[in-house]
Amino acid sequence: MVPLPYYLIVSGILFSIGTIGVLTRRNAIVIFMCVELMLNAVNLTFIAFSHELGKIDGQVFVFFIMTVAAAEAAVGLALMIAFYKNRESIDVEDVNLMKW
Amino acid sequence: METLAMPAINFAAIMPETILSAVAMALLLVNVFVRSEQKAYLGYLSLIGILVTFFPIVAGWNAPVELQSGFNGAVLQDNFSLFFKGIFLVSAALSILISDQYMQREGCNHGELYPLILLATAGMMLMASGTDLMVIFLGLELLSVALYVLAGFNRDKLKSNEAGLKYFLLGAFSTGFLLYGMALTFGATGTTKIAGIAAYVAANPMITGNQMFLVGMLLMGVGFSFKIAAAPFHMWTPDVYEGAPTPMTAFMSVGPKAAGFAAFLRVFMIALPAYKPEWSALLWVLAVLTMTVGNITALFQQDIKRMLAYSSIAHAGYVLVGFVAGNAVGTAGIMFYMLSYAFMNIGAFAIILLVGRKGEPNNNVADYAGFGFKHPLLGLAMSIFLFSLAGIPPAAGFIGKFYIFSGAIQAGYIWLAIIGVLNSAASVYYYLRVMVFMYMKDPVEEFDWLKVTPAHALCLLVAVAGVLIPGIVPGYLLELAQKAVFF
Repeated sequence: MVPLPYYLIVSGILFSIGTIGVLTRRNAIVIFMCVELMLNAVNLTFIAFSHELGKIDGQVFVFFIMTVAAAEAAVGLALMIAFYKNRESIDVEDVNLMKW
Repeated sequence: METLAMPAINFAAIMPETILSAVAMALLLVNVFVRSEQKAYLGYLSLIGILVTFFPIVAGWNAPVELQSGFNGAVLQDNFSLFFKGIFLVSAALSILISDQYMQREGCNHGELYPLILLATAGMMLMASGTDLMVIFLGLELLSVALYVLAGFNRDKLKSNEAGLKYFLLGAFSTGFLLYGMALTFGATGTTKIAGIAAYVAANPMITGNQMFLVGMLLMGVGFSFKIAAAPFHMWTPDVYEGAPTPMTAFMSVGPKAAGFAAFLRVFMIALPAYKPEWSALLWVLAVLTMTVGNITALFQQDIKRMLAYSSIAHAGYVLVGFVAGNAVGTAGIMFYMLSYAFMNIGAFAIILLVGRKGEPNNNVADYAGFGFKHPLLGLAMSIFLFSLAGIPPAAGFIGKFYIFSGAIQAGYIWLAIIGVLNSAASVYYYLRVMVFMYMKDPVEEFDWLKVTPAHALCLLVAVAGVLIPGIVPGYLLELAQKAVFF
């Protein structure tokens, strides 16, 4: 059996990759994929803890996160399509109409 | 592995959410049969739904504890959450009243608007009454997903698209932090229930030395700070507020912020009192930073919607002062302040919305030249809202600030209160600048396109009453707020 810290390290790495991706990537869809990576890192953490502690709450939480992520993807991709229709680009550098 | 026990369901504890969701789904069905120029009727129907929702809220006040909690302790409809639910309903109702005119003018008169507002309100309510991290997360997402759509609602306008896209990307990003914090807290304490976390920490005082728990708390703090737009997590606010359709800006500047504070307060005050020295020191810095950044940046804004966006950041800072105080006076002050903020901010946005016309939002402060002479009543209303936002008596904003700062002084945070008052004084400059343009410059425009519909007039009347009455006789509302404090 793989001990708990291994799972936590992997999920920590995944979360960091996701965060760095959000901060450095320029394509809105790739940014969204990085956000999904962060959420999946969270899911892995929950599952690992749930197994380790013998509590089912963590697994239930994961179901909710996955459902919500799907709903978010639907709305987010729709927003990106609306943006693309008007701007013909999905690059966040082009999301620049408003600046202070 | 334990088996999943059937929870004790108590629908009375989520009655307001249930009614709102049911009305929202019914409206989605009705929407199909309503012609596009008559979508205002959907607004009236949703207002009826909101009025009906007030009944369980009033009836639930001071209910016995066993009736308050439901779903095996996952939701708790105590006075605290009921007070916040009242704030959400007020802000939703006021925003719906001003929506139809704007949406018709801008040609994005889609009926989905009203169900989305109701669902967002239901999400806020779940956040306020959630006593399980899972429920708080679900409420937050129900709120956020609806708001992403509302921010990008004017889908033919690039600015609105940008607002929606920015809000979506940053909102989803911040949710990741919140969730990771929740996961680590679950790992450290073995439960997602707020009361369970508190009990675990009380039974194992050594847990506060656990790095994982500390990081979990910090990440949750970051996630909530994004939602309440505290500096340095405020970057999305001005862009989203500027680009979103004005009635939706009004809506999202009040309710989501109040909901974020409700969940933030409950998680930190009840689940993590063991970390109080740590988080109050952190929030101290956050409060000072938020107030200062918000106010100083607002000084330089020419666009009035952006100015109010930065001012809303500053207001989140004032509310954080009450949070840092962490006592009953400060918490009651937060609730009173959020309620009066709903009236004054939505009122101000209602006027901004009137001054604009199709294709010409007239959002520049200079566009208000002579407005006070051309429309004395509207000018007076705008002045009342601005005075209240600046915290000048006898408006409700003054009483709220007074209570929050006195809470901070009682808790011994003298410097924090001083910085808050100084900030509040600086903010007078940019609020009064709008009034200088309204009353001391010669009119450039005739403002003859202004059309105050009955719904709009009702919204303004309610907002003015909501600012002035608690400002002059604050006793009743303050008493309610004090009874709503959960400790």
